[in-house]
Amino acid sequence: MQSVIVQNIVKNYVSKKTSVEALKDISFSVEKGEIFGIIGPDGAGKTSLFRILTTLLLADSGNASVDGFDVVKDYKQIRNRVGYMPGKFSLYQDLSVQENLEFFATIFNTSIQQNYDLIKEIYQQIEPFKTRKAGQLSGGMKQKLALSCALIHKPSVLFLDEPTTGVDAVSRKEFWEMLHRLKLQGITILVSTPYMDEASLCDRVALIQKGEILSIDTPKGIAAGFKKPLWAMRANEMFHLMNAIKADDSVESCYPFGQYHHVVFKTQKDGRTKLEEIAMKGHYSNVEIKSIEPNIEDCFMALMRG
Amino acid sequence: MKQFFIFVKKETLHILRDARTLFILIWMPIVQILLYGFALTNEVKNTQFAIFDEAKDEASTRISEQIAASRYFSLYKNVHSYKEIEATFRQGKIRLAIVFPQGFRDDLLHTNHAQVQLIADASDPNTANMLTNYATAIINDYQQSINQNQDLPYSIKTQVRMLYNPELKGAYNFVPGVMAMVLMLVCAMMTSISIVREKEMGTMEVILVSPLKPFRIIIAKTIPYLLVSILNIASILLLSVYVLDVPISGNLILLIAESILFTITSLSLGILISNTAKTQQAAQFTSLMSLFLPTLLFSGFMFPVENMPIPLQIISNVVPAKWFYIIVKAVMIKGLGFASVWKETLILVGMTVVLLGISIRNFKIRLA
Amino acid sequence: MGKVIIAKDLTKRFGSFTAVDKISFEVEKGEIFGFLGANGAGKTTAMRMLCGLSLPSSGTATVAGFDVYKENELIKKNIGYMSQKFSLYEDLTISENIQFYGGIYGLTDERIEEKTKSLVKQLHLEGQEKTLVRALPLGWKQKLALSIAIVHDPAIVFLDEPTGGVDPVTRREFWSLIYEASERGITVFVTTHYMDEAEYCNRVSIMVDGRIDALDTPASLMRNYAAASMDEVFLHLARKAVRTE
Repeated sequence: MQSVIVQNIVKNYVSKKTSVEALKDISFSVEKGEIFGIIGPDGAGKTSLFRILTTLLLADSGNASVDGFDVVKDYKQIRNRVGYMPGKFSLYQDLSVQENLEFFATIFNTSIQQNYDLIKEIYQQIEPFKTRKAGQLSGGMKQKLALSCALIHKPSVLFLDEPTTGVDAVSRKEFWEMLHRLKLQGITILVSTPYMDEASLCDRVALIQKGEILSIDTPKGIAAGFKKPLWAMRANEMFHLMNAIKADDSVESCYPFGQYHHVVFKTQKDGRTKLEEIAMKGHYSNVEIKSIEPNIEDCFMALMRG
Repeated sequence: MKQFFIFVKKETLHILRDARTLFILIWMPIVQILLYGFALTNEVKNTQFAIFDEAKDEASTRISEQIAASRYFSLYKNVHSYKEIEATFRQGKIRLAIVFPQGFRDDLLHTNHAQVQLIADASDPNTANMLTNYATAIINDYQQSINQNQDLPYSIKTQVRMLYNPELKGAYNFVPGVMAMVLMLVCAMMTSISIVREKEMGTMEVILVSPLKPFRIIIAKTIPYLLVSILNIASILLLSVYVLDVPISGNLILLIAESILFTITSLSLGILISNTAKTQQAAQFTSLMSLFLPTLLFSGFMFPVENMPIPLQIISNVVPAKWFYIIVKAVMIKGLGFASVWKETLILVGMTVVLLGISIRNFKIRLA
Repeated sequence: MGKVIIAKDLTKRFGSFTAVDKISFEVEKGEIFGFLGANGAGKTTAMRMLCGLSLPSSGTATVAGFDVYKENELIKKNIGYMSQKFSLYEDLTISENIQFYGGIYGLTDERIEEKTKSLVKQLHLEGQEKTLVRALPLGWKQKLALSIAIVHDPAIVFLDEPTGGVDPVTRREFWSLIYEASERGITVFVTTHYMDEAEYCNRVSIMVDGRIDALDTPASLMRNYAAASMDEVFLHLARKAVRTE
């Protein structure tokens, strides 16, 4: 069963001087109980898409449904059954942890006790600070409180707009572990992120850039779509090496990836020979060349190039 | 209903947690009332004056004594010529001189045509006007008192009656004015800021996605401010009666009901502003420019509307504070009943219905 | 010369809370130095002390040869600073922004003009000098902000999470600019949440609970902690943290 269906959604922001195409004819669907990642940089249209699906924004054209309800006509029903965590953790900074949770529970017609089992695991981590004002929490704790507030009415679909932005690596990892436990409860989760490495934690992902979906697939499927051989090369003189590789006509792209440069050639000739040749010419030291499997970022950049 | 109450509770917590704003909300009306009442008063007290008494008879002496005894005046000196009057004015010692011509009492009793000359320093025309009014009132009092003893009361009265405010107290004017201003400020500005703050913080997004009806969000947000306003009305009225000696001549219930009506008008204006303003600063600025200034200028409590050019008089009609000011003056000071203010009340009700209608219709159930 | 930052037992206390606890390290001229740590580990406080914005409670430090206690005005003249939040004036054009920042650091008009030309060329923004910064995509803004932060050729530039939310291609272009700055002899002191970016640094320090728990080249760190990536090294260290901001 499909939990979210998006068909040909278009959204433009028109002002006096400029017109920005935020979403250009977007279509996809999300299965029930799936963790679906919308992955792309800032300004790709992620927030606009989430606002349309949570009935906060009207699309210029196209239609969408959440849990079988139309986002325009049946906005009231949708508002009853989705959980939404906007980009900035929307909490009342001057209210305490407990007051925030109680407030959100009550406006969604429920109580903390009623659905405590759902948030227990997350909320227990911040419960020691329940009298502290939300404004005085650390980024990771704010994130947990915001998630608790979004979950308290047991939504069937959860929309998380960049929940891990500005949160450190440890909290990010913990957050994803929480999402995987929520998935076991049958909740459909749509999550957006600018961090490409988080794609592998989703069941399926849509890569989005400048209002267009570049690709929709499982993380494995996306990697499989990367057809050309990918080479990783390192040496002691990384910056010079990159310029040397880029200068070669047969190279399609060369990007630094941590300690290695990832290189793709225009034609499918033997890349290793070519790279060895470049290494020889530049007299680089400690050269290492290997063939590797592409990750999501490799794919995203290949798709961006078109 | 529970949803509604938790919203009111949350809103109240916001107000209580922001101690500085709460302090301003509670103290502003009190400070304003006291400021107007004591410091900025345009009443005259113990103004120095001179007497040039050519008559020196019983009547002129009695009148002089009464004027000198009033709290508005204090006798600077008795002078003996017009030249001396002028000289004393030039020295800046006095602001009023009273001249009794020769045979004053005889004229009064026998020809019924007695004259007193009042000479005022009109470089400040308002004060001059007030001083002559006060002096005239005292002279009239004397006239009345001697008429009581007369069998044939045929003296001519130059009667100036000080209606509703026989003592010409400034406080009678500004109490209704301050009420209008404070309610406008608390309700309109604070509500608009508190709604816009939720938009800025991003919490509005989550609330809109909740099943809470937009209409209820609006009403719930205004309730705490309504309560603060009622507190303000009470503090203003208590101060007026017990500190400034301005009595409530009319029906207290009617006065409070009218004040609450005006509060609701202001609240709907606040909601209207919050619909268009994108930032808290914008909300604040719009409130000040479009509400506070017109209230100050056109309600009639600072500047008399009837003296304004016709176009401005017409504009003043759309300022709710003008009608509220009229109502409060009528009920509180003149002691009139609902029958005399039903028109103004109806106008306020009309304005409120229209404003609230527009605000709620335009309240965005979505973000953009 | 040689050392651009020398910090010894640098400490900052707020009341009974020790935000930065006796950190000691040195940064070489032209080095790209990664400054990592979980939220609340004390990165921002340490960086503020080094920028001359906050006085240390104890310990010593010199930045670009100047003392953080006495010569913080001189420090400010000789450093550049850029963060994700604070970048450029959106309602000014590209060249106006360059003029403004050049002017702040006392560059002559000729030098500013020269810089504007070379900078616009380097960023491939020819013909767009009069474009409002607002109209540029985020990635371009970040690249421009970095270029402007080093317009006065400072000894060191502090970059506070400069690449947050930027697309992967622009992120790499941004790092190319960092490499170029380092080639020019400018020391780069950078914080980031992207662990692969940590691997681009010459050396990396990881702060945990106000202390520097590890400081080495990325390769040595990965070897020492038997980790396949910096991500693993970071998680291994940061998970030990007891305090949460």
